[in-house]
Amino acid sequence: MSAVSVDFQTSSVSDATSLTPPHDQLDALESEAIHVMREVAGEFDRPVILFSGGKDSMLLVHLARKAFWPAPVPFPVLHVDTGHNFDEVIAFRDAVVERYGLTLEVASVQDYIDDGRLSERADGTRNPLQTTPLLDAIAEHRHDAVFGGGRRDEERARAKERIFSLRTAFGAWEPSRQRPELWNLYNGRHKPGEHVRVFPLSNWTELDVWRYIAREGIELPSIYYAHTRDVFARDGMWLTSGAWGGARDGEEVVTKTVRYRTVGDGSCTGAVESDATSLDEVLAEVRGSRLTERGATRADDRLSEAAMEDRKKEGYF
Amino acid sequence: MTDLLRLATAGSVDDGKSTLVGRLLYDTKSVLADQMEAVERATHGGGDPDLSLLVDGLRSEREQGITIDVAYRYFATPRRSFVLADTPGHVQYTRNTVTGASTAQLAVLLVDARHGVVEQTRRHTAVMALLRVPRLVLAVNKIDLIDYDEATYLTIAKEFHEVAESLGYADDALVAIPVSARVGDNVVLPSERTPWYDGPTLLAHLEDVPVDGPDAEAPFRFPVQTVIRPRTADHPDYRGYAGLVGAGTARVGDPVVVLPDGQRTTIVGIDRFEGPQEVATAGESVVLRLADDLGVARGAVIAAAEDAPEPVTEFEATLAWLHEKPLVPGRRLLVKHGTHTVQAMITEVRDRLDVQTLERAPDPDGLEINDIGHVAITVAEPLPLDDYERVAATGAFLVIDPQAGDTLAAGMRM
Ligand SMILES: Nc1nc2c(ncn2[C@@H]2O[C@H](COP(=O)(O)OP(=O)(O)O)[C@@H](O)[C@H]2O)c(=O)[nH]1
Repeated sequence: MSAVSVDFQTSSVSDATSLTPPHDQLDALESEAIHVMREVAGEFDRPVILFSGGKDSMLLVHLARKAFWPAPVPFPVLHVDTGHNFDEVIAFRDAVVERYGLTLEVASVQDYIDDGRLSERADGTRNPLQTTPLLDAIAEHRHDAVFGGGRRDEERARAKERIFSLRTAFGAWEPSRQRPELWNLYNGRHKPGEHVRVFPLSNWTELDVWRYIAREGIELPSIYYAHTRDVFARDGMWLTSGAWGGARDGEEVVTKTVRYRTVGDGSCTGAVESDATSLDEVLAEVRGSRLTERGATRADDRLSEAAMEDRKKEGYF
Repeated sequence: MTDLLRLATAGSVDDGKSTLVGRLLYDTKSVLADQMEAVERATHGGGDPDLSLLVDGLRSEREQGITIDVAYRYFATPRRSFVLADTPGHVQYTRNTVTGASTAQLAVLLVDARHGVVEQTRRHTAVMALLRVPRLVLAVNKIDLIDYDEATYLTIAKEFHEVAESLGYADDALVAIPVSARVGDNVVLPSERTPWYDGPTLLAHLEDVPVDGPDAEAPFRFPVQTVIRPRTADHPDYRGYAGLVGAGTARVGDPVVVLPDGQRTTIVGIDRFEGPQEVATAGESVVLRLADDLGVARGAVIAAAEDAPEPVTEFEATLAWLHEKPLVPGRRLLVKHGTHTVQAMITEVRDRLDVQTLERAPDPDGLEINDIGHVAITVAEPLPLDDYERVAATGAFLVIDPQAGDTLAAGMRM
């Protein structure tokens, strides 16, 4: 367990919340997500929650706590660790695990690179390398259901994703084998070696996520809020230096006030310029945003428009 | 506060559904700059961006020039958020329409104003009626191509009302709106080119229409998903039953019956993470505590004691067959009802609905993909099935292939 002490970024539940009658849109989305999690608990033997410490995975942990309360969260969490982490996020991850008594499994991309099972890409980006360690971890722990924080609003390739998404033993997603999803009756049947990716946040939008985080006072790693950081411009994004390297010749390092909209592989996750230091300010910023969070921050999604679809077929998240 | 409306769209190829959905996303500013840039890049020959590209599907489908699966879209106004199930009307039309309709509180059907109500419109309306989608909107699209002609619109609207009312819709559940998805008339902004039309724009209607959620007035139904037994120091003896209220309302103190066994007991607590509450209504995920320890497990249905369904092992139902593998009577299958999956056999196919003529052909050999038919089913354990028309949540079920695990059919007891 990490010895780093973490300053949880909490927000007070805003006044509007206590006045909100039941059954607004966030209540409906929350009830749906909890229903999905309980179906998984009822129908699968060894589910796991993918957990990076980022906001979507924090939301999954929060919803799992609610779904099974007063019992503890009945699933372990799995972090596919690229080795290109923000220190704040890893410290946060460990603090959350300890606070809620979760079991943490780690699949380390670095281990695979060190022993030669994977080789570093020319561009240094490790997001595409996550697939193999993830699938190996699923096989090793015999996970039959894997919760992810994916949402259908993230991009076009996801619009047809199911809430229960069947994957082959190779993690592949085959469009023709996906089942129609009717009412709220989910079909989780799978063959030995296959697993089901489950997306309880399918029907949430980025704005819903932030509104819910604000309403519930969910803690997030500090890098989601504005801070000063040394950054350099590449591919139209502000990148920062870290274990993955730094500015190349001709790339000027400047100090900016920035925040992150997603947390991921530090080599290709860009910061956005922002003064939003509180949840309310972040919320206001998301409302006015002109870019999707992927468009704003992930260099590797720009490789091609169909990038996500290709990776899904390969067994990526 | 904003609420959530779940809707489905359906139309024939080229009626302009992609353009209409793209227009809704675009005009509600639900399209962000990077997505719009991608569309502008992909629009051939410059000119106005082709909004239909905003809702373009998977690449393989794109390459074949077809859309074959339900896609979900999201847009919001300050008053309401929308989850839109975009159901393509091509090859697998019934499968897609049934899937989209199963969760929809409202359906938007499209027609091309030049063609009016066509076979496909009747078919879609029939499926919406079968699935009990509470409200329908007819978007009379491409109104620009008929010179904004009122008489043509009125003829189409009248025919639509006749079709839908013959299928059981009340007049006030129906609206026909003259729109041009391409130009934008009456989609989000009222059009000056239809001065004869004084109804709402499509979006204004979607914002104003009452949301028919799972029925809070229906008798209480609660399929048990999992039993919560923490056995922790803080909660050594806690035992609660977790689930989503499928229909109706429950209050602490209400008498209930646990099905299929039929023991009676009383609700003594309704819990959520936030604390105990007095009432739970349809659509809420909660945990119930009961006065007696009856060994309730996943698969049970907790129902209002004074109005509970009779568990049955033999029943009749309407099936929408969704799978390439045809239905062969007598084969072993599974039925998933609520949270309970049981062995089942379809003993007889009574009739097959011709969705074009809406006539029922008796004694077919079986059902094929996209067929709708009435069948007799026998299940290995009693199921507390409701009549779908009365309580959809516990009247619906899935038919599943026990070997492959595929979902074969959507079933409704009726
Ligand atoms: N003139 C006119 N053309 C339209 C309208 N809506 C769609 N179209 C055109 O009709 C064609 C089919 O539209 P599309 O949205 O792809 O149809 P879909 O197959 O129903 O999704 C395209 O060429 C559109 O530009 C409209 O309101 N007016």
